[in-house]
Amino acid sequence: MMPEIGHFALIIAFCLTLMLATVPAWGAWRGNAVAMSLAPTLAIGIFVFVGISFGCLASAFLQDDFSVALVAAHSNSLLPPIYKFAAVWGNHEGSLMLWALILALWTAAVALFSPQLPLLVLSRVLSVMGAIGVGFLSFSLVTSNPFARLLPGIPDDGGDLNPLLQDPGLIIHPPLLYMGYVGFSVAFAFAIAALLGGRLDASWARWSRPWTNIAWGFLSLGIMLGSWWAYYELGWGGWWFWDPVENASFMPWLAGTALIHSLAATDKRGLFKSWTVLLAIFAFSLSLLGTFLVRSGVLTSVHAFATDPARGMFILVFLALVVGGSLTLYAVRAPAVSSRVTFAWVSRESLLLCNNVVFLVATLTVLFGTLFPLIVDGLGMGKVSVGPPYFNAVFVPLMVLLVPFMGIGPVSRWKGDDVARWRKELMLPAVVAIVCGFTFPLLHAPYNIWVALAVLLSSWLVLGLAQDVWRRLRNASSPARGLRRLTPGYCGMLIAHLGFAACVTGVVATSQYSVERDLRMSPGDTQELAGYEFRFVEVTQVRGPNFIADEARLEVSRDNVIVASMLPQKRRYLATGSMMTEAAIDPGLFRDLYVAMGEPIGSDGAWAMRLHYKPLVRWMWLGAIFMAVGAFTSVLDKRYRTQRAPVAAGNEAALHGA
Amino acid sequence: MHPVRKQRLYLVLFVALFSSAAIGLITYALRGNINLFYPPTEVVSGEAPIGQSIRVGGMVEEGSLLRADDSLAISFTLTDYQASVPVVYSGILPDLFGEGQGAVASGVLSDEGVLQATEILAKHDENYMPPEVAYALENSGYDKKGKTK
Repeated sequence: MMPEIGHFALIIAFCLTLMLATVPAWGAWRGNAVAMSLAPTLAIGIFVFVGISFGCLASAFLQDDFSVALVAAHSNSLLPPIYKFAAVWGNHEGSLMLWALILALWTAAVALFSPQLPLLVLSRVLSVMGAIGVGFLSFSLVTSNPFARLLPGIPDDGGDLNPLLQDPGLIIHPPLLYMGYVGFSVAFAFAIAALLGGRLDASWARWSRPWTNIAWGFLSLGIMLGSWWAYYELGWGGWWFWDPVENASFMPWLAGTALIHSLAATDKRGLFKSWTVLLAIFAFSLSLLGTFLVRSGVLTSVHAFATDPARGMFILVFLALVVGGSLTLYAVRAPAVSSRVTFAWVSRESLLLCNNVVFLVATLTVLFGTLFPLIVDGLGMGKVSVGPPYFNAVFVPLMVLLVPFMGIGPVSRWKGDDVARWRKELMLPAVVAIVCGFTFPLLHAPYNIWVALAVLLSSWLVLGLAQDVWRRLRNASSPARGLRRLTPGYCGMLIAHLGFAACVTGVVATSQYSVERDLRMSPGDTQELAGYEFRFVEVTQVRGPNFIADEARLEVSRDNVIVASMLPQKRRYLATGSMMTEAAIDPGLFRDLYVAMGEPIGSDGAWAMRLHYKPLVRWMWLGAIFMAVGAFTSVLDKRYRTQRAPVAAGNEAALHGA
Repeated sequence: MHPVRKQRLYLVLFVALFSSAAIGLITYALRGNINLFYPPTEVVSGEAPIGQSIRVGGMVEEGSLLRADDSLAISFTLTDYQASVPVVYSGILPDLFGEGQGAVASGVLSDEGVLQATEILAKHDENYMPPEVAYALENSGYDKKGKTK
C-alpha cells in the first residue's frame, strides 16, 4: 500500500508543478494578482507531496519490502538500517527522487524566505522552478518509476547495495552535491525571471546572491566529500581523477565561482548585468549536463547506474529545451537589460573580470576535455579517453594565472583605484610571500620548485588578506570596533579565500611530496617509507554485519616510537560475493598514512600491500570546508535583508513595462 | 569613440587573446594525452601503434592469470574471443578484477605484442560492463561468456 501512496503523491506533485509552471506565469503576464499569489502555496504543496512520496520510498527500503523492484535490486535484509536508508539514493530511480525532493525544498525555501521580494518577481521565479520540476518529475514518472512492483514472484531477499556505496560518505555526499546542483536552479530562475520582466537592476543581483552563495557552498562541500570518499573507499589513495563524473560536478562549480564573483560586481556597481545572467544560465545548464552525463550511462563510472537509452534521450531533450529556450530568451531580451556603466581599468571590477575570464576558460577547457571522447565517438573516429595529464596541463597554468590577481582583489577599491596605492599596500606582503616561497620548501628535502611556487602564491593570498584586515583595524578608532565593522559579507570572502589558499597548498604539496609504494609483505616484515617503519604483524578473520573480512594489523613506528596501529581490511560481501578493499588511514593535519591490502601472494601468507605517505592531504578538504563556510557566512550580511521599499517601487515600473 | 564602446572593444580583444592562448594550450595538452582504445582483434592485426600509450579492453581469459610468488608482477590475456593480447602489470589489481570478467588495461605495446600496462580498470559492480569491452565484444560477435551470438 505504501508504495502506491508514494506513487500517487508523486503524481499529485507533478500536477502541482504543472500548475506552478503555468498559472503564476500567466498571472505575471496578465497582471492577475490572484494567480500570482498562488505561487508560494503551490511551491509548499509540491514540497509536501514530494516529501510524502520520498518518505514512502524510504519506508519501503527500511522495511525490506522486496515486492518493490527497486528495493529488491538495491537493498538487502542484512544491510545496516542507515545504509538501507542511504540505498534510497544509491540507484538511478531513487537518486532522481532525491533530486526532485531537493528541488522541491529549494522551491519551497524561495517561497518562504523571500518576504522582501515583490510578488511579480516571486511568481516568475517560482514558475521557472516549477517548469524545472515538471521536467524532473515527468522524467521520474515516465522513464524511471521508483515504485514499480515485482508481482508476482517476490524475492526472499534483495540484491544488495553496491559495497562501494556502503559507506558514511554515500549518506551525505549525494544530498550535499544535489543541494549545490539544484541550488543553481534558483540563480537560473532569478535570471530567467529578470529576462522575462525585461528589467535587470542591482536589486535583482541582491536577491539572487545569497541563494547562489548557499548553492555554491553546498556544491563545494559535495565535491569535497566525493573526493574524500574516493580517497578512503576506492583503496588507491587518489583524491581526484579528472574522471568525467567528477568533472560533471566540477564544471558547475567553476561556472558558479565565476557567477558569485560577477554577481558581486552587479550587486555593488550594476556592472556586467547581461554577463551575469548568461553565467547563471550557464551554471545551471552545466548542472543539467552533469546529470545527463552521469545518469545516461554514456560514461563508465560508479555513478552510472543504468544504461537505458530512453533515459539519456529524455535528459538530452530536456537539456536542449532548457539551454535553447533560455538562450533564445536571452538573445531577445539581453539588449534591453545591458548596462551603460564604465569602470576604470585599475579597479576591483577589472580584477573580478579577470576572475571571470579565468574561471570561464577553466570551465570550457574541462568541458572540452570531458566531451571530447563523446564527440570523437559520435563522429565514429574511435574510442579515446582524455586523461589527467590533459587536465593538469590546462588547469594548473590557469590557476597560477589567477592567484596573483586574487591577491590584489580584496585590497582594491571599486570604481577606480591607484597602482601606487596597491604598490604601497602590497609591497610588504609580496616580499614576505617571496621569502616564504623560498624558505618553507626547505623544511622538506629535496627542494621542490612546484611546492615553492604554491607556497609563494598561497602566502601572497593570505598575506594580502592579512594586510587588508590590518588596514581596516588600523583605520578604526579601536581594534574591537574595527572588528565589529567587518561585515559578514567581508568575513565570508576572507574565509573562502583563505580556504582557497589552503586548498592550493594541500593539492600541490600532496601531489609533489606523496610517497606511494605497492609491496609484497609477509607477516613479520618491516618496510620503511618516508621515515616511518611499517611492521606487518598478522592477518586475522573478522566478521561484520553483512561481510567477512581478512584484517591485517600493521604497527607503524617512527624513531622506534609506535605512532599508529593500522587495520586495513579485505572484505567479502555475503549477498553478492563481491570483494572490497577497506583502507586504513592514520589521519593528521600535516600528513596521512594510508595502508590498503591487495591480494594474497604465494603460500606463506604474504600479501600485496599498498603503503602511502601523504603530506598535507587534509588541507585541500579543509580548504573546501572553509570555502563553504565562507559562502554561508556571507549570506548573513544585512544588505540582503533590508532594501525593501525602493525595490518594490522599481518593480511596479517593471510590471507596466512588461 | 564612445568610452563605453572603447572599453568594450578592449574587453573583446582581451578575451580573444586569452581564449586563443587557452586554445593553444588545449591543443598542446591534447596532442600527447589522448589514449585511443583498441579491441584485441585490432591489436593482433597490427592496427595499434607500438610504443604509444593506448587502451585495450576485453574479457580476462579463463586460466590466463598468473601471479609471481616473490613480487607483484602479474600477467594475463585480454580476449574478445577472436584474438588475445597478453598483458603484464606490476602492482595491485582492482577489487573486481578477475578471470572471465571485463577489464580495460592502459599502457604501451611492446615490439613482441605484449601490453606493458600501467593501469588496470575493472568494473564498478557485478552487473556492469565497461562500454569499451561491450564494444569490443560486439565487434567480435561473441557474448561475454565466449559464445557466438
